[in-house]
Amino acid sequence: MTAVLQPGATPGPDTHAAAVEDRVSVASNWTLVWWRFRKHKLAMISLGLLLALYTLVLCPDFFSTQHPETTEARQAFIPVQGLHIFDGWSIDPWVPAIVGKRNAETLRMEWRTDAEKKVRVGFFMPGPAYKFLGLIPSTLHLIGPRDASQRIFLLGSDRLGRDQWSRIMHGTQTSMTIGLVAVTLSVILGIVLGGISGYFGGWIDQFIQRLIELLQSVPTIPVWLALSAALPRDWTPIQVFFAITVILSLIGWTTLAREVRGHFLALREEDFVLAAELAGCSRARIIMRHMVPTFLSHIIATSSLAIPAMIINETSLSFLGLGIRPPAISWGVLLQEAQNIQTLALAPWLLIPGLLVIVAVLAFNLVGDGLRDASDPYSK
Amino acid sequence: MARFILHRLMLLPVLMLIFSVMIFAIIQAPPGDFLTSYAATLASSGSSVSMEQLDALRQQYGLDQPIPVQYYRWVMNLLRGDLGLSLEYQRPNIDLISEQLGLTLALAVFSFVLTWAIAIPAGIYSATHQRSWLDYVLTVFNYVGVATPNFMLALVLMWVAFSYFGIGVTGLFSADMAHLPWSFAKFVDLLKHIWLPSFVLAIAGTARLTRVMRANLLDELNKPYVTTARAKGLSEWQVVLRYPARLAFNPLVSTIGWYLPQLFSGSLIVATVMNLPNIGPLLLRALVNQDMYLAGAILLIYCFLTILGTLLSDILLALLDPRIRMGN
Repeated sequence: MTAVLQPGATPGPDTHAAAVEDRVSVASNWTLVWWRFRKHKLAMISLGLLLALYTLVLCPDFFSTQHPETTEARQAFIPVQGLHIFDGWSIDPWVPAIVGKRNAETLRMEWRTDAEKKVRVGFFMPGPAYKFLGLIPSTLHLIGPRDASQRIFLLGSDRLGRDQWSRIMHGTQTSMTIGLVAVTLSVILGIVLGGISGYFGGWIDQFIQRLIELLQSVPTIPVWLALSAALPRDWTPIQVFFAITVILSLIGWTTLAREVRGHFLALREEDFVLAAELAGCSRARIIMRHMVPTFLSHIIATSSLAIPAMIINETSLSFLGLGIRPPAISWGVLLQEAQNIQTLALAPWLLIPGLLVIVAVLAFNLVGDGLRDASDPYSK
Repeated sequence: MARFILHRLMLLPVLMLIFSVMIFAIIQAPPGDFLTSYAATLASSGSSVSMEQLDALRQQYGLDQPIPVQYYRWVMNLLRGDLGLSLEYQRPNIDLISEQLGLTLALAVFSFVLTWAIAIPAGIYSATHQRSWLDYVLTVFNYVGVATPNFMLALVLMWVAFSYFGIGVTGLFSADMAHLPWSFAKFVDLLKHIWLPSFVLAIAGTARLTRVMRANLLDELNKPYVTTARAKGLSEWQVVLRYPARLAFNPLVSTIGWYLPQLFSGSLIVATVMNLPNIGPLLLRALVNQDMYLAGAILLIYCFLTILGTLLSDILLALLDPRIRMGN
């Protein structure tokens, strides 16, 4: 065990095995999990990535360069203007200017970037007003053009001339939150119902088990579609958001409930539960204080593996026009712009939100795998 | 064994009854009915329909009845094998669905076979050549494959085919073949088109399956009986394939039941993107236009296939694994 753990905070040359063993034997379960998790390099990188994405979630306006709904028909389908930090040898961020020419045959504007002409940009520039965390009014943006009259499109623009970079920032907020909220809901449902089922047994256990079996034999995607289609058209984006999370978690909780029930069944016979009962603990206290903490890390690992599925499902639903609806923005809503093959041939950068979906899902999967391995006390 | 199957078969009508109530509740839930959205469509195209006409139509379709009565009529018709009339197409639902069902099943079966044909050998290779470069490549592929939504993959492939090779890869037939009756030439045409959507559908399943097969086989390979087999002088191929591969295979078979319905419903989104003649786009359109009996019929078929899939995998598992067969 000690050879495996290597509590590596300060393993100086004089640290001998006994000292390591001392630290390991007094470390809390969570410290042990963290030590084991820290050794997965990919999982650590993914964790950093997720933290970065959730920083965007906190305040997408600060990171965007424009208001996500600003439309300008004359600036449709502008290609990606790559951000350059260095100009020659000095730090002087710029993006190449875009020049448009109307094609004489198709009468379509054809844009290309011209690296000869440079549009100077700066960090922490003033821009459109927003409220930081929804409270503090601010006009500060991470990146912005030095000349406020110009618009820059770091990731190109869509058919209405909206800035894709800014829209992705806002889409990230919706999509990453929906996964988290839906999984939290499933976890709560799973722990409560699975706990009741496993702890009390009897007819209520039978009932919940049959319910789970029933829900698990539901064809998920068609039923999700039907449920989302049933949402009234005049609901506000917030209402739709919550309805979609509830729909997504409606089926997600069943697997978790099964696992929780299994844990409860195994733990019910343990001596420490008997001891707690003899000591006069209430049922709620036995469950929350003594039983749940023993498998909580495992549950967290399992649920972090459920988030990516939620994200993919939300994206798919919104892509079909049945999930999050404009004017709300999510990755799926953004990908709707890329539905048409002719548009895609003209503006392939509209697929970038999909890249973000893949990155986020990958990161969640890797962190989840790392957590699962780390939370298993018998893993090597 | 016979009792086990019989018991499960007896449960099937009960489940279907519960599902029929659930489905009816869902398709009934949107505010308004088909005729309100029909009137809205007419109004947006310039023509109009009078209130009296709508009411007459509503009476004709029984949409003015209380909901329990509507449900009772629907189920009674279902029991007689009548799936009802599509309000939008004005044709029996059973015709609309059966036109698409064959190709939907063909697509599902094709991608299913593709999934297993790739995943099992890949999983075995990964496990027996652990930490080789191909194992790493396969692992990366597995992670990315699971992380990519399949409609995204379809979009990328369509885009690449369109802008670099100048070919459209939508549909299951060439434009001039689609309306011809079945013939050998049309079948060949289908084979030419079906592999790409099948591939798109197969990717995620393949990635997941390869991972499970690899993990299962790795567990088995460390067991003493493998050492015994090796000590007896069996060739490496025989050692792997004769015992551990079969054992690693069993848990996978139990999930066949999951994969089958996933393939039907998974094809729903890809079919919409790639414009395939499939039951998925039909459902989507029915849902959006509140063609409730058509949507209900399709949802019921999905449920039926799901239950059937689960039953099938349970039976397969019992056949493969004597411990389960003898257990009861």
